[in-house]
Amino acid sequence: MFLASLHRELLLVWRRPAEIINPLFFFVMVCSLFPLAVSPRPALLASIAPGIVWVAALLAVLLSSESLFRQDHDSGALEQMLVAPQSLYLAALAKMLAHWLLTGLPLVAIAPVLAYMLHLPASGYTALFVGLLLGTPVLTAVAAIGAALTVGLRNAGVLLALLVLPLYVPVLVFGAGVVIYAVDGLATDGVLALLAAMAIAAWTLAPAAVAAGLRISSGN
Amino acid sequence: MWSTLVRWYHQLGSPRYFYRFSTVVLPWLWVLAIVLTAVGLVWGLAFAPEDYQQGNSYRIIFIHVPAAGAALTGYVAMGVAGLVALVWRMKMAEIMIRAIAPFGAVLAAVALLTGAIWGKPTWGTYWVWDARLTSMLIMLFLYLGVVALMKAIEDDRQGARAASLLSVVGVINVVVVKYSVEWWNSLHQGSTINLTRETTMPAEMLVPLLVSMAGIYLLFAVSVLVRARAEILRRERKSRWLQEEV
Repeated sequence: MFLASLHRELLLVWRRPAEIINPLFFFVMVCSLFPLAVSPRPALLASIAPGIVWVAALLAVLLSSESLFRQDHDSGALEQMLVAPQSLYLAALAKMLAHWLLTGLPLVAIAPVLAYMLHLPASGYTALFVGLLLGTPVLTAVAAIGAALTVGLRNAGVLLALLVLPLYVPVLVFGAGVVIYAVDGLATDGVLALLAAMAIAAWTLAPAAVAAGLRISSGN
Repeated sequence: MWSTLVRWYHQLGSPRYFYRFSTVVLPWLWVLAIVLTAVGLVWGLAFAPEDYQQGNSYRIIFIHVPAAGAALTGYVAMGVAGLVALVWRMKMAEIMIRAIAPFGAVLAAVALLTGAIWGKPTWGTYWVWDARLTSMLIMLFLYLGVVALMKAIEDDRQGARAASLLSVVGVINVVVVKYSVEWWNSLHQGSTINLTRETTMPAEMLVPLLVSMAGIYLLFAVSVLVRARAEILRRERKSRWLQEEV
């Protein structure tokens, strides 16, 4: 059941490649706006690079998650999932996983390139990459809760941001922090372990919250 | 003892009983809240001794600390009500969330504002990205998120249940935010002024502070009750008991 849902979700997104590519473009564009707006000086950029990459990744995940349930809601497939005897937890998990595989993972993959463009010192790359690898699942999971609560609402986009952004603070603090520790030559294992713990906690608890949110916003 | 508590809890869970109960206690709570707030504030602002270092500027503590404490307490209360609303689908819990959220947001804003005003003469700046300030700001955002979500959903019960899920998630998150932000800061800047001085506070300052805390907590509770009653009136306008009552 889980694999079937996952296959369905992946196939649906795969047939609309714009949904994969647009968040990536967004990510790259936001990152490249900062050197233009702040200053192209490498020293300055290097010091703010972790924050820029993390904030841009966070916004990309947030914006792409708005459509997480919308299509299924509009087509009525969501109603079928709600009344189906199969577990809604697993269906939510499949949706989250598909979303992360097709938007989160590409962001992680392209992040080192952007870090290079922003002159991040070489010692920070591993921490940035591993941190994003552990952190973007948390971002996806939290965004999924917000998306489940706002599905079917008019102008859900801004509301989704209002709900989700405060919840993103811990991931952002640890994720951007770990890169700075790495650049400063401090140990990063502890913070990465914390990020991993947050990812595990988010992915075990969030599907239940997503399922509850979907039931609430569909009114049963 | 336990069974009385359980019975009480179930009775207060019904809007009808809650409405009657609050009709009885509300006048007393109003008097108590106003008297305590007035005594605490006048005592603190006019009669408490001057601080030897901060002079008179410290007196804002008599508003700042109660507001911040009440905002925190309100947030936890909202989370508990959210859990109750989700698990037992109790109508009163949904109404309480609706009642708490706007006042909590106002109190959090008051705490931030008074903190900023206090910060200027003592720290030399209105705002620092200190752990406590930052987590308070995020709590304000979470409150506003709950309010915004309730406003966006037209159906009352659905909106309240969505808000309860959000406030439960938010309570879990506030704990994480607190630690993450504290940790983040301890590496970035040295510890700024610590606000936990209550133990070293002389009694002439501590007593009025405690009185005004009690007063503002009660004011908060009274406001929540009044709002909850208004919400009951609105929701139950078609039920017979209410038409008999009013």
